Amino acid sequence: MAGQVATGSRSGLRSALPLLLPAYLWLTVAIFLPLSAMVFFSFMTELPLAGKVWAFTLDNYTTFFSQGLYWRLLLASLRLGLEVTLWCVVIGYPAAYVLAKVLKGRSREAIFLLVILPFWSNGLVRIFSWAMVLREGGILDTALNAVLPFKINIDLMYSYPAVIIGLVHSYVPYMVLTCYLTLQAIDDSLIEAGRSLGASRLQMLKRVIIPLSMPGLVAGAALIFVPVVGSFMEPRILGGRTGTFYGTVIEDQFVAVFNWPLGAALSFILLAVVLVILALASPVLKRAA
Amino acid sequence: MAGVQVSSLSRSFGAHKALDDVSIDFADGGFYALLGPSGSGKTTLLRQIAGFDFPDSGRIAIGGESVERVPVEKRRIGMVFQNYALFPNMSVADNVAFGLSVRGEAKATIASEVQRALDLVQLGKLGSRRPHQLSGGQRQRVALARAIVTKPRVLLLDEPLGALDKALRVDMQIELKRIQREIGITTIFVTHDQEEALTMSDRIGILRDGRLVQEGSPEEIYDSPKSEFAATFLGDANIFRGETTGTGIRLPDGTAIAAGAGATLAAGAKASCAVRPERIRIAADSGMSDPNANILRGQVSKRIFAGNNSTYFVERDRQTLKVIVQNTGADRLAEGQDVVLRWSPESTVLIATS
Ligand SMILES: Nc1ncnc2c1ncn2[C@@H]1O[C@H](COP(=O)(O)OP(=O)(O)OP(=O)(O)O)[C@@H](O)[C@H]1O
Ligand SMILES: [Mg+2]
Repeated sequence: MAGQVATGSRSGLRSALPLLLPAYLWLTVAIFLPLSAMVFFSFMTELPLAGKVWAFTLDNYTTFFSQGLYWRLLLASLRLGLEVTLWCVVIGYPAAYVLAKVLKGRSREAIFLLVILPFWSNGLVRIFSWAMVLREGGILDTALNAVLPFKINIDLMYSYPAVIIGLVHSYVPYMVLTCYLTLQAIDDSLIEAGRSLGASRLQMLKRVIIPLSMPGLVAGAALIFVPVVGSFMEPRILGGRTGTFYGTVIEDQFVAVFNWPLGAALSFILLAVVLVILALASPVLKRAA
Repeated sequence: MAGVQVSSLSRSFGAHKALDDVSIDFADGGFYALLGPSGSGKTTLLRQIAGFDFPDSGRIAIGGESVERVPVEKRRIGMVFQNYALFPNMSVADNVAFGLSVRGEAKATIASEVQRALDLVQLGKLGSRRPHQLSGGQRQRVALARAIVTKPRVLLLDEPLGALDKALRVDMQIELKRIQREIGITTIFVTHDQEEALTMSDRIGILRDGRLVQEGSPEEIYDSPKSEFAATFLGDANIFRGETTGTGIRLPDGTAIAAGAGATLAAGAKASCAVRPERIRIAADSGMSDPNANILRGQVSKRIFAGNNSTYFVERDRQTLKVIVQNTGADRLAEGQDVVLRWSPESTVLIATS
């Protein structure tokens, strides 16, 4: 009986292979090959272009460890990732809750559309729109001064808050979507049962709803934290001089300095650090979830 | 513990009246079944009493205290849901402890109360399990333990046994009844299983289209239904329709049927008579006849043998009558045979046709 089941599942895998093949081919061509090339580059002295002479080296990696600059940038980026993730939780979770548990029918669809709208707009357009809102004499500045009786100067452009605002706006839909899915799966009768037992709304949130939506929070956090740590577009455009982060430095290596080997090495260090963080966090998160 | 009084309660969803002027007095410590077809407003009524939903008009009092504007968490009710609604992120013991712990009871008190409640539902050893590791019947017991551990004033159950199979259902019915007696809690039980309502409850309320059709003890409703609907919804009934003679009815073909129970009506109005299938005697000939008995002749069209009893379907004047006969080993009647049906006027209930 057991043997039958085992062969059954093995033949199941074999018959599934043709279905998996396109995905694997695509992954191999589109991700694995370039990535291997990058690993290769990261150990080279020069790009093997235009007949330049090159050799294998570990210098690109040692640069990171020998120069405090990169460490500091990496820490700043990790902090940025953490802050943006936290803001996304603060903004996204209540929004997801309202969408999943308060609104019904038409109004839910409408609000849902508004939430995922940033997904559908071009990233650059989004960022430059924020630039118009946040700069001195921009929309926010003008609007506030038109309403308020005293003169204030709002110039958030080229500042750390501007970077945060831009990134949170770009990434908050992930948090809303993942949390919405887990919140929606929570049966309303659980909430009613809790309240009939005397629990206040706040107690229900703390004891039942947040624990049950933890998987969504964790998934959202991972989806946001990782790309934000490596982000470069928002920091560069909205952050200006203050917007130098680990991601922008990597970008510089590729598009400005043309030091691909260093850029590649810095990328892999980031990847390793992020993986270590996720690995360290996973037991804690698993227990919470 | 407390009784519940519901008076002139109405609740509409849009143009649809889910509850229409319902008044019921749920006695302190009683076991009350709300029975009715799907969509009749049973759940809606229960939710008004629980406080999940609020009535458009009418009054609800628990233990004499008016609660219409009191939110759920302040009403001190226990609720058991059809789908159990156990918290999946907590162990069985934590589920049961929930109501006590949100009230900030001391840890030691909680532990002993939880153990007591789990023992009461015979799950004393399963406290550390998760809900998904339990069977359906066990989950329902946990839900019950969780609802009663806080010593609520009223226990509300919305088709709590609906998801269980027949055998388990009967076990749980007995179990639930035992626990209810033991703690003496006022219990309101929604079901659409008439047998469950008959066997478990002290009183039954029958709802239809948001209105209370009839209310009373199981015997009262079964023996003297006040409407054709009540007669056919709770148990089986043969219904005869005709013109009333004051003490019975006259069928369109002129046959008179005498009724010894039910309404007293002015002669000439349209009315019906209800007779339970097990009250009718069936025989091949009229034999020795009680002069007062109602007598009808017909022909057996079908017989269903069910071990301890048989059901005969008898055709007469374009009507099919149902007769249930205990299996005494006496002569059985064949399909197609001409028969005489006899029953006493006391077994006949006169019902006004609305
Ligand atoms: N939230 C609601 N919005 C609109 N209509 C509702 C709502 N709740 C109930 N109804 C309607 O009110 C009527 C009574 O519903 P209710 O749930 O009380 O029926 P029920 O007797 O419990 O039926 P069932 O045996 O199927 O559970 C139904 O017609 C239902 O469609
Ligand atoms: Mg219902």
